[in-house]
Amino acid sequence: MHAFFVRFNRRLTAPLDLWPRLCLVVAALLLAAIYFFPLWNMTMFAPQYPEGLQLDIFSYSLVGGNGGQDLKEINLLNHYIGMRDLAVEEFTEFKWLPFVVGIIGLLYLRASVIGTLGSLLDVFVVNLYFSLFSLWSFGFKLYSYGHTLAPTASVKVEPFMPPMFGYKQLANFEVYSYPALASYAMGLSTLLVTVALVATWRRTRRDDTTTAS
Amino acid sequence: MNGTRVRTAIWAVVGVAVLAVTVNRCAPSAPKGRQERAGATSDVAVAAQKTYVAPGDLDEYYFFASGGHSGQVYVYGVPSMRHLSTIPVFTPYPATGYGFDDESKKMLGDLTWGDAHHPALSETKGDYDGRWLFINEMNGRVARIDLRDFKTKQIFGPVPNVSGNHGSAFVTPNTEYSIMASRFSIPLPKGTAVEVGKYATEYKGVVSGIRIDPTSGEMSYGWQVLMPPFDYDLGDAGKLASDGYVFFTAYNAERATGKLEVTASQKDRDYIAVVDWRLAQKATDEGKGDMIGGVKVLDPKKVPGVVYLMPMGKSPHGVDVSPDGKYIIGSGKLQGVTVAFNWEKVQTAIRNKDFSGEEDGIPVLKYESIKDAEIPVGLGPLHTQFGPDGWAYTSLFVDSAIAKWKLGTWEVVDKVPMSYSIGHLSSAEGDTVSPDGKYLVGLNKLSHGRHLSVGPSQPESSQLVDISDEKMKLLYDAFTEPEPHYAQMIKADKIKTIEVYPQAENKHPLAIWDVKDAGVTRNGNKVLVKMVAVRSTLTPTDFELKDGDEVTVAITNIEQTTDELHGFGLLDYNINIVVDPGETKTVTFKANKKGVYPYYCTNFCSALHQEMQGYMIVR
Repeated sequence: MHAFFVRFNRRLTAPLDLWPRLCLVVAALLLAAIYFFPLWNMTMFAPQYPEGLQLDIFSYSLVGGNGGQDLKEINLLNHYIGMRDLAVEEFTEFKWLPFVVGIIGLLYLRASVIGTLGSLLDVFVVNLYFSLFSLWSFGFKLYSYGHTLAPTASVKVEPFMPPMFGYKQLANFEVYSYPALASYAMGLSTLLVTVALVATWRRTRRDDTTTAS
Repeated sequence: MNGTRVRTAIWAVVGVAVLAVTVNRCAPSAPKGRQERAGATSDVAVAAQKTYVAPGDLDEYYFFASGGHSGQVYVYGVPSMRHLSTIPVFTPYPATGYGFDDESKKMLGDLTWGDAHHPALSETKGDYDGRWLFINEMNGRVARIDLRDFKTKQIFGPVPNVSGNHGSAFVTPNTEYSIMASRFSIPLPKGTAVEVGKYATEYKGVVSGIRIDPTSGEMSYGWQVLMPPFDYDLGDAGKLASDGYVFFTAYNAERATGKLEVTASQKDRDYIAVVDWRLAQKATDEGKGDMIGGVKVLDPKKVPGVVYLMPMGKSPHGVDVSPDGKYIIGSGKLQGVTVAFNWEKVQTAIRNKDFSGEEDGIPVLKYESIKDAEIPVGLGPLHTQFGPDGWAYTSLFVDSAIAKWKLGTWEVVDKVPMSYSIGHLSSAEGDTVSPDGKYLVGLNKLSHGRHLSVGPSQPESSQLVDISDEKMKLLYDAFTEPEPHYAQMIKADKIKTIEVYPQAENKHPLAIWDVKDAGVTRNGNKVLVKMVAVRSTLTPTDFELKDGDEVTVAITNIEQTTDELHGFGLLDYNINIVVDPGETKTVTFKANKKGVYPYYCTNFCSALHQEMQGYMIVR
């Protein structure tokens, strides 16, 4: 057991090759997408809205289509079923999310300079935790919006889970919810880091074997 | 009575009966023209295909038709001929709340009707620019409709001295002016009473130019020229070659009164007046006019060159300038010909003082010197519109047809019957410097038998004609409310509309955008109710007044969504407001009836529209 940790710890100090370091730099740059592009997009069609209502979720804000008008329209329609307004102030995520992504980016850059497998593993775990937490938080937000409906609502509907990924019919609306450009950039970023991690891990194992023999 | 006599009598009776039956059968059961008219009905399949605009598809042209004495403008799509919208101008229109809110009520003034005749789309370099639509009415007013939102923005007038503003609202090539003219000469200034017996000397006509601000479209007084007591009927502005001049037809050169249909139809020649509008404005700015009715009016004797008369036979109606501005086409409604005057010859005649006489100091040009052709178009020519390649189309009231002829060669090549008695006609951008051809609409006065009967109050008929080929082809009958006179057809993509009023543009001092700001404030017996309309509540949902209060309700529709109009109908108080998305409207009235009065949203808005209601309580 102890021997495993010794071996494991030794491998964590192994330096990265050049290309995994470059992967990390690219991964860090990709994260910048969250400052410019939406993470998620919801599109809603109804007979009365043939062009669809658009809602873009950025890391720091909610932006309705049609110059912001679509968000107002969504809130206006939701008030009939007693749903709270989707308001930027209600999302604490918008305060910490861009900040945390910034830190992760910095940690990627740090790992690319310090260049040990350990530093790479650290930020990989942090990123994994952060990504999963964000997804859960997003899902929970949707859940709570769909489940805390005012009892005085003029139209009573069963509490519901808005779609997080994919399509769902909600009353007269077809709702489509999909990750948007910034999420894909984040996914790609994570993929690059994973590749760097796995490749380096396999290389150190090879190194280990070589040393042992 | 003996047998012979009886037989004779019987034969006589039989003979007369046979004769009666035979003679009766001599007259055909249908007019000779019937066969020709049948030919005017187009190939149904082709016509259907050319006019069918599938559900959800859009038309190619906007068609703005004057509403005549309905005081409104009707908007149609071409080629479907579907009625798209009604723009109220001179008449209250409950459907949009026009004439009920403070602003539109003020704009209408004391007049709740107007006889709207000639729409004039704004132009840049003689071509429609899609910014505004001007329209005249007989009480001496011109209105401006903004084509950004299809709303009447200004009603200018009644303009002093103009009496019966028929020859209007034609605009100059860069929308510098909209023109006006007196159809009914009267003693001036208005308010002067002189017996009709002194008509020839004491009554006066007036032609006028209304200045238009090039950026805002705002109208203001430009100039007026005092004219002999004729009846000024129609007008048009010169363009390209003839830019700088406006033309007015005048009938009743006889200066007759009484039964005009006889007395004003005696002379073989009446006139077309030619006005140099730049000179008219310059002379007015230099103070050369005499003050009449509160404005400076130019006397042609004191401003030589401001106006000339072109002799025109007989009892002319329309005057239309060709796309290149080189020909002035006059139509004498009691003639069988349309006259083409050559603008170059007109200018030469003016230069050479080639006059045949004068009327109250206005030189009359020599007919033979300025006329290029008398085109035998048919009976009762009224108006001419143009197509590309020098084609011209003249409406024939008496013949009930449209004649197609060519500028320059003056050859009449085709005729298409109209059902029935065509007045104006309107081809696609047909009075601009670059007519499109393609479509032509005949605006007919009579429609009998062409539609399901609706009783004695009959609609007018508007017939769509395909003019893209050598032969004109009738495509479609549409029926329009009384009563389109002139209409204009503009390519749809030239008009850029908004569908909501952006919140940022609403500068109304009483606008509020949050239901929290809605409420009632009192200042003595003056009460202000600031109201928000948004799906599906009118906030406040009730307010209390004291008997005799003067109340202003200011309603802001805070929606920014297309088609989400809200209404405010207040029962028993004759109040009916419609507020478009992003708009604020006010209505001021005296609460002089005690009790509880419901108000509600009149314009269907949402699933809970019926719940959008409240109470006004007057104690």
